[in-house]
Amino acid sequence: MRFSALLASALLAALTFAPAARAAEVEITQKDKAFSQETVDLKVGDSIKFLNEDDVTHNIYSKSEPKEFEVAKQDPGTSEVVTFDKAGEVKVRCAIHPKMKLTVNVTE
Amino acid sequence: MTNKKLLKLTVSACLFMFLAMPAATGPAAAADGDKPADISVLKAKYKRPESVPYPKDNPYSVKKAELGKTLYFDPRMSASGTQSCATCHNPSFGWEDGMALGVGHGHKRLSRATPTILNLAWDEIFMWDGRAESLEEQALGPIQAEGEMNMAMDHLMGIIASIDGYKPLFAEAFPDDPQVSPDNIGKAIATYERTIVSGEAPFDRWINGDEKAISQEAKNGFVLFNEKANCAACHSGWNFSDGSFHDIGLPSTDIGRGKHVDLPAMQHAFKTVGLRNIDQRAPYMHDGSLASLEAVVDHYDSKFVQRESLSGDIKPLNLTEQEKKELVAFLRTLTSQDPPVTIPVLPR
Repeated sequence: MRFSALLASALLAALTFAPAARAAEVEITQKDKAFSQETVDLKVGDSIKFLNEDDVTHNIYSKSEPKEFEVAKQDPGTSEVVTFDKAGEVKVRCAIHPKMKLTVNVTE
Repeated sequence: MTNKKLLKLTVSACLFMFLAMPAATGPAAAADGDKPADISVLKAKYKRPESVPYPKDNPYSVKKAELGKTLYFDPRMSASGTQSCATCHNPSFGWEDGMALGVGHGHKRLSRATPTILNLAWDEIFMWDGRAESLEEQALGPIQAEGEMNMAMDHLMGIIASIDGYKPLFAEAFPDDPQVSPDNIGKAIATYERTIVSGEAPFDRWINGDEKAISQEAKNGFVLFNEKANCAACHSGWNFSDGSFHDIGLPSTDIGRGKHVDLPAMQHAFKTVGLRNIDQRAPYMHDGSLASLEAVVDHYDSKFVQRESLSGDIKPLNLTEQEKKELVAFLRTLTSQDPPVTIPVLPR
C-alpha cells in the first residue's frame, strides 16, 4: 500500500514536471545542385541539418529577418545544423547556385 | 647437406624467388581512383534539350520574336543613334564583340567584356554579377545605362512611338496591349533572345552515337573535362554552364557579384558562362584577360590567385601538356556551323 502510493506519487511528479516536447530536427540535403525539398514547415526552436551530398561546394545563406545565417563554403560530405528561433518566412538560397531555393515557414 | 638443411634452403629459395618476381604482366590492376570513366553515363548528361523554354508570363509568338529582333538591331534605341543591342552582342562574334572589354556611349571603353546571348533561355539570372533577375529586365538595362546606350526610357518611348512602321509590329506582337511601353519592349527583346540557340555541333553528333564525329584526342579531353580537370563542376549540362557564381582566382580587382551579395564567397565571383561555340568567343573571362583557350586551361591548371573567396572547387590540376591539348581539342568540338543571321529592314 505504501509502496503503491509512493509509486503513484513518483509517476504524478514525473508527469507534472515532464519536459516540453523536444524540438524537431529536419534533414535537408543538397544534391545535384538542388535542395531535397522546396519548402519546409517548422515550429520555433526546430532545426534543419543541412547536408552537402553533392560533389561541389555550396554556400547557403539567408538574409530574411526571422533568421539571417550563412553556411559558408560547405564542403561535400559535411553537414551543419541551423536552429530557427523566430517565427516567419525564411528564404534560403545558395550564393553559388542561385537556382537552389528553399522556403522555411516557421510558426509558434 | 642434411635433408633438413636442404629443405630449409629450398623453402628460402622459393620464398626469395616469389618475392623477387615482377608483378604479373597484363593489364595493371587499377586503383579505385584510376577507374576509367563509364563514358555512356557521362555522355547522357550532355544530351540537347527537346525545346526552348519560354516563361508563362511572356510566351513565344512569331510576331513577338520579330518585333524583338527589329528592336535588337535598331540603333535608334541609343542616344547617339549608332548603337543597338547587336552592336555589342554581335552575331558575327558569337553574339559578343570580339574585344577584351566592351565599348559604349562616346566610344568609351567599359570595365567588363560583352557576354554572349547564346542559349540564355535556360538561365535564371543574368549579367556577369547576376544583378538582372530576368531577360526582360536585363534587356532594358544597357539601353538606359549612361556608359552604354545612354537612352532615358521615356525619351525612348517617344522615339519608337513616332516611327509609324513600329505601330503594326507592336499591334501584332501584343494584340491585347499594343502599347509602346518599356514592359513590351523588354518582353519582345527577351523573346527574340530566347530564340538564339547554338545548333548541332560535332560534339552533339558524338553524343548521339557517331563515333567518327570527333577525334580520339577530343574524346580524351571530354573525360578530362569531367574528371581530372573538374570543369564539369560548373560547366555542366548541354550548354556547359550551371549558371553558378565563383571566384576563379583571376587577378582583377573587380569584385563582381560581391557588390550585390554581401558574402565572402561572392567577392570576385562572376557568372559561369556556357561553352557552346567558345572558340568563336575569344578573348575570355569577365575582363577579356585570357586571349586563348590554351591560356584558359593554363589558368585553371595553376595560374589562379589564392584568396579567401576562391571557389572551393578550384584546385591545382597538375595537367600534362598532352592533357591540356586534349582539353582544348574537346572544347573546339562544341562549335556549330550556324547559318548567318539575316539583318532586319528597320521601320520608318
